[in-house]
Amino acid sequence: MRMIIANRLNDGRVVFYTAGGGWDLDIAAGLGVEGEAEEAKHFAAAKADEAACKVVDPQLIDVKVEGGKPRPVAIREVVRAFGPTI
Amino acid sequence: MYRYDEFDRKLVVERANQFARQVKRRLSGELNEDQFRPLRLMNGLYLQLHAYMLRVNVPYGTLSSKQLRCFAHIARRYDRGYGHFTTRQNIQYNWIKLEETPALLRELADVEVTGIQSSGNCVRNITSDQYAGSAKDELADPRKYCELLRQYSVLHPEFSYLPRKFKIAVTGSPTDRAAVAVHDIGLRMHRNKQGEIGFEVLVGGGLGRTPWIAHTIRDWIEPEHILSYVEAILRIYNLHGRRDNIHKARIKIIVNQMGIDKYRELVEAEWQRIKDSALKVPAEEIERIDRYFAPPAYAKLEDATALLDGQRKASREFDRWLKANTVGHKVPGYAIVNLTLKALGKPPGDIDADTMDRVADLADRYSFGEIRISHRQNLVFVDVRQDQLHELWQKLDALGLATPNLDAITDIICCPGLDYCALANARSIPVAMDIRKRFVDVDELADIGELKINISGCMNACGHHHVGHIGILGVDKRNEEFFQLTLGGSSDQNASLGDRLGPGLPQSEVPDAIAAIVERYKSVRNDGERFLDTYRRVGIEPFREAVYGKDSEKAVA
Repeated sequence: MRMIIANRLNDGRVVFYTAGGGWDLDIAAGLGVEGEAEEAKHFAAAKADEAACKVVDPQLIDVKVEGGKPRPVAIREVVRAFGPTI
Repeated sequence: MYRYDEFDRKLVVERANQFARQVKRRLSGELNEDQFRPLRLMNGLYLQLHAYMLRVNVPYGTLSSKQLRCFAHIARRYDRGYGHFTTRQNIQYNWIKLEETPALLRELADVEVTGIQSSGNCVRNITSDQYAGSAKDELADPRKYCELLRQYSVLHPEFSYLPRKFKIAVTGSPTDRAAVAVHDIGLRMHRNKQGEIGFEVLVGGGLGRTPWIAHTIRDWIEPEHILSYVEAILRIYNLHGRRDNIHKARIKIIVNQMGIDKYRELVEAEWQRIKDSALKVPAEEIERIDRYFAPPAYAKLEDATALLDGQRKASREFDRWLKANTVGHKVPGYAIVNLTLKALGKPPGDIDADTMDRVADLADRYSFGEIRISHRQNLVFVDVRQDQLHELWQKLDALGLATPNLDAITDIICCPGLDYCALANARSIPVAMDIRKRFVDVDELADIGELKINISGCMNACGHHHVGHIGILGVDKRNEEFFQLTLGGSSDQNASLGDRLGPGLPQSEVPDAIAAIVERYKSVRNDGERFLDTYRRVGIEPFREAVYGKDSEKAVA
């Protein structure tokens, strides 16, 4: 499964693209997408939000579900999703 | 310390207003991110993993109590109540909102501080000895030359788009606390036979993925020619430096590809052309700037040896702190006091807003209202009366700022790493904190003595790992963090790059590896021999074996 992650333009905070076409600080609210066609569709919407000055640099990231909760696969994205580990 | 003149003030306010307009255009969509990025970087504003990060310059690491209070206010009002001091003697805020940066920069401008050129491919904050003006071994205060270079290099039109960033450091002492040999340009002060001050000029040093110790390009330059010589170096770099590959764009690459003799030839030819131009600095101008760095109104005192001896006998803790964290002063009756930002459980270099305020109060009371930042991410009071040391120690202790660990194994340089930085591959702060936890016995710290650990979360080397006595580099191997150790690095007057010890270790094994290195050092050192000197005497093998065991050669292969 993949999700779309970005930084919000006005404050830089990490946000996830949601099913409603918005953005949320909580990864749990992020829309999980599967398959090339679905990814392309939602990523195009995310890029449109970048052009509309809502977010910066949207990226598709790999996500797995652990204990019923989504968690990014890459350490870097785990840190982005949940904040500094210290 | 230096105070802005009308030109500085106007420029900084105009720049803050200009940036406010740029932010407005970005938020409205008039500028896209590609267009806006270079503009924000020129004001020190990065977009990191979690938020915008603002880097604020502290020129040559000298700060007034008023400025530190402003930093505390910025931390509270615009961030999450803390800041992080860096190896460029600057402060970084990790949780900044783009929409609030114009107001923030105006508040900084009110106390004569900016983020201008704290990022981008330009001349960055000029760094220096944190003890400047007070060091016992100093030939002259280097800050007047730093300030001259600052005024010259800020918004210099020819050098605002260099091939890559450019870092200059200046030391006025033979003991190099400013790491000049790992800078793009290092200026090392000397005195000639006539007793005049001049500089040895070093060029092409640097860390990152291709570390180099700088070459001496000129043995001696008079202060009046400092700007023209720096300009000649910058111009040759600007013309010949590579712009096709970001990893090969620093001056160290071109100097070492071309060879120092050829580079020197080009610089000298250019310098001959410009040395008697308007860049020649009149003695009056150096004197004018020097007046801003006039010594404070020291009292006429004798060294308080008897008093301190009594206080040391009465308190073992005070004795330890005095030995570890204070340094001799050029003026009788005074001392230099280091406040290490390396307390247990705290990320190295971090300080919260309330502590900043308290430190500012203590600076006013005990050190003429001035605070220094060291490139080892500590704070310094450079002008403390010896007869007030005990009182100050008690107050610092109450704030958690009296850990007796200056230059000890727990006085770790550490970059923000993957906990904050968009470039990092691994989390460096947890490694520093784990090592810190491993060495809590202050008597053990004293026994180990000077042992500098530097940690970087990626090969960009913001944590100066190449020049740590023990360097630690975080790498990512298939989504797992590993840490490579190097030994024998140093950034002082006998600078050296560390040697790689062996394969990377998982984070959980790093404290044990450090402990094994320390135990081996203890077993092979001569009386009073520092770790670095022991390493240089016995070489890497005993330490490699201590960490990797008897089959260490196989492990390395």
